[in-house]
Amino acid sequence: MPFVAPHIAWHGIAPELALVGGALVALLIDAVKPAVDRRFLAGLSLATIGLAAWFTFDLRDTRAVIMQGTLAVDGVALFGRLILLITAAMTILISYHYLSRRRIHRGEYYPLLLLATSGMTLLAASNDLLLSFLAIETLSLALYVMVGFARRDEKSQEGALKYFLLGAFSSAFLLYGIALTYGATGSTQLSVISKQAAVASVDERLMFVAVAMIAVGFAFKVAAVPFHMWSPDAYQGAPTSVTGFMAAGTKAAAFIGFFRVFLVAFGALQWDWRPVLWIVAVATMAVGSLLAIAQTDVKRMLAYSSIAHAGYVLIGLVAANRDGVSAALFYLLIYAVMVLGAFAAVIVSAPGGSERLSLAEWGGIGRRYPVFGGAMTLFLLALAGLPPTSGFTGKFLLFAAAIKAHENALVVAATITSVVAAFFYVRLIVLIWLQDPPPDDGHPGIGPTPALITSLGIAAAATIVFGVWPQSLIDLARNAISHGFVG
Amino acid sequence: MIGYAVSPANFLVLGALLFSIGVVGVLTRKNALVMFMSIELMLNAVNLTFVTFSKMRQNLDGQVLAFFVIVVAAAEAVVGLAIIVSIYRQKRSASVDEASSLKW
Amino acid sequence: MSYYWQYGTLGALTAVGGAFVVIAFLGNRLMRPRKPRVEKATTYECGMDPVGEGWSNTHIRYYLFAFLFVIFDVESVFLFPWAVQLEKLRPQGTVLVEMIVFIGILAIGLLYAWKKKVLEWVK
Repeated sequence: MPFVAPHIAWHGIAPELALVGGALVALLIDAVKPAVDRRFLAGLSLATIGLAAWFTFDLRDTRAVIMQGTLAVDGVALFGRLILLITAAMTILISYHYLSRRRIHRGEYYPLLLLATSGMTLLAASNDLLLSFLAIETLSLALYVMVGFARRDEKSQEGALKYFLLGAFSSAFLLYGIALTYGATGSTQLSVISKQAAVASVDERLMFVAVAMIAVGFAFKVAAVPFHMWSPDAYQGAPTSVTGFMAAGTKAAAFIGFFRVFLVAFGALQWDWRPVLWIVAVATMAVGSLLAIAQTDVKRMLAYSSIAHAGYVLIGLVAANRDGVSAALFYLLIYAVMVLGAFAAVIVSAPGGSERLSLAEWGGIGRRYPVFGGAMTLFLLALAGLPPTSGFTGKFLLFAAAIKAHENALVVAATITSVVAAFFYVRLIVLIWLQDPPPDDGHPGIGPTPALITSLGIAAAATIVFGVWPQSLIDLARNAISHGFVG
Repeated sequence: MIGYAVSPANFLVLGALLFSIGVVGVLTRKNALVMFMSIELMLNAVNLTFVTFSKMRQNLDGQVLAFFVIVVAAAEAVVGLAIIVSIYRQKRSASVDEASSLKW
Repeated sequence: MSYYWQYGTLGALTAVGGAFVVIAFLGNRLMRPRKPRVEKATTYECGMDPVGEGWSNTHIRYYLFAFLFVIFDVESVFLFPWAVQLEKLRPQGTVLVEMIVFIGILAIGLLYAWKKKVLEWVK
């Protein structure tokens, strides 16, 4: 059988090539000169992300399926890359000071971050189940190490172990689903699967098991109930900057992959998977919101809040229309920005030793540091989905898409859980402003650095601007899907 | 020579069985290393399934997929064992029951 | 019925094989002299007195070598199909460069391990 060397469209994978190249250069520099200034590595990583963003911008008018049909260049992929590159850049801004403070500022952090980002952007653009699997593994393997980055911290190690065991377990499920899909349709390419799944000769039993297995794999990655058990432990144990990166980046990448696989490849079977995901979405919102109430640790509370938000984004998938996709894209972007802002605030809350992790330590902090308290309040309002923040706009768009798809009961359930969720966000806001600050709480104040102030400022500005004037971003998200998925 | 042809469906059943054994292993064992070995068993069951489907469909893609899975499994093994060794150094135990400082 | 006789041959062979082992060991046992002493009962360890238990931990540094071995061993899986098809692939220059890039990335990993002093046998 003669083989033909594949044609490689370099420009289509230029953003990923830039990220991987930057990661290798950073790794080499760190290996050859271990004493290199960390500022140099951070700057190099930011420059790499900038280069990747420029290559992404370069692809803005291209709509194609490249690399033998494995990679999609379309609006959704570009919007996904936008979200993920912003996430990576903000993560670097909030990591620098934090890592030095915890004395875990090893050079490997930056290559790992860039490699994880390249996996995420590939997942957002992947048009083939094999590539999706490889991209998920690329980002997960880097993140397992990043979660366990604090080697002397028992919690960090434990979080890494749990994240790793459950993550590997879920990828095995995903992979078995891919194998069964391949068996039923003879291909792993999304467009071919979608054609094959619609013909009558396909073995439906095989297809259903395959769809279920792949759904389990993705549900693990986006932390949807009942596959959310790893996420509170991993979020709490991981270094705070890594937690922010996971909450914003992994979620966005896994969701875009989830949407693409289910809407493109399994679109013909949507009447079979939508009711199941309906139940998963409601369970995710309910469990995330209810368990968050019981938390006393800020990072763990934000972890449960992020589970609840996964439920909201799932609404967009259950709606299974273009509005659902554009609303989910909008939501993933604004959620990434506000959750990174919230974690940046957690990092800022302590300049010296440990952060203010227990909720009690936040009591009265707004009275002592009004600007800082105001920023945290803004992010909490946005997470709760209250106007005039971007969180409100995002939820509104998702609910509108669901109503258009006649999923009224889902919207009712989502509204109820939003009210429940608002309780614990508002409780923290009340703590921040209405309690008297303890006379001397032993904390030497708060510790912002220029990089942290920049990231807090950007996050706060974006949260307000996209809450009050969301139209330009909504248009961008709508344009991204206006021609559908390619392939 | 084998006197009669083994039906490919048998390999699929074997793959499903191995996968199930792996799932049960992960869910019931307490030692992180044994759990990880069970996950590897699941991955190899998937490989068997890929190769069988490849044979059934006369399509080489499945074998290429199996190659990639082997490589990913190796990378996963390295990262996973590193994490388990690191936690073992701290606690002198690889039991997941001991890893319980994070709860609820 | 004759079909099952084929299994009869197998059964006879198994019985003869088992009997051979049993008779050989039994005969050996009946004929050999038996004079146990303390020194004879100890584990033979090159003339030294055995130390510690049979169950021991492998030193952690072996893991690092094992990790590197596994990675490079498995990545070579990709080299074989490439090498077999290299003659037929077009354009040949690109195909060659692609594999050089692949090996180059692995080499960077090895360089990293070397610089991190993983390859040194520290006591």
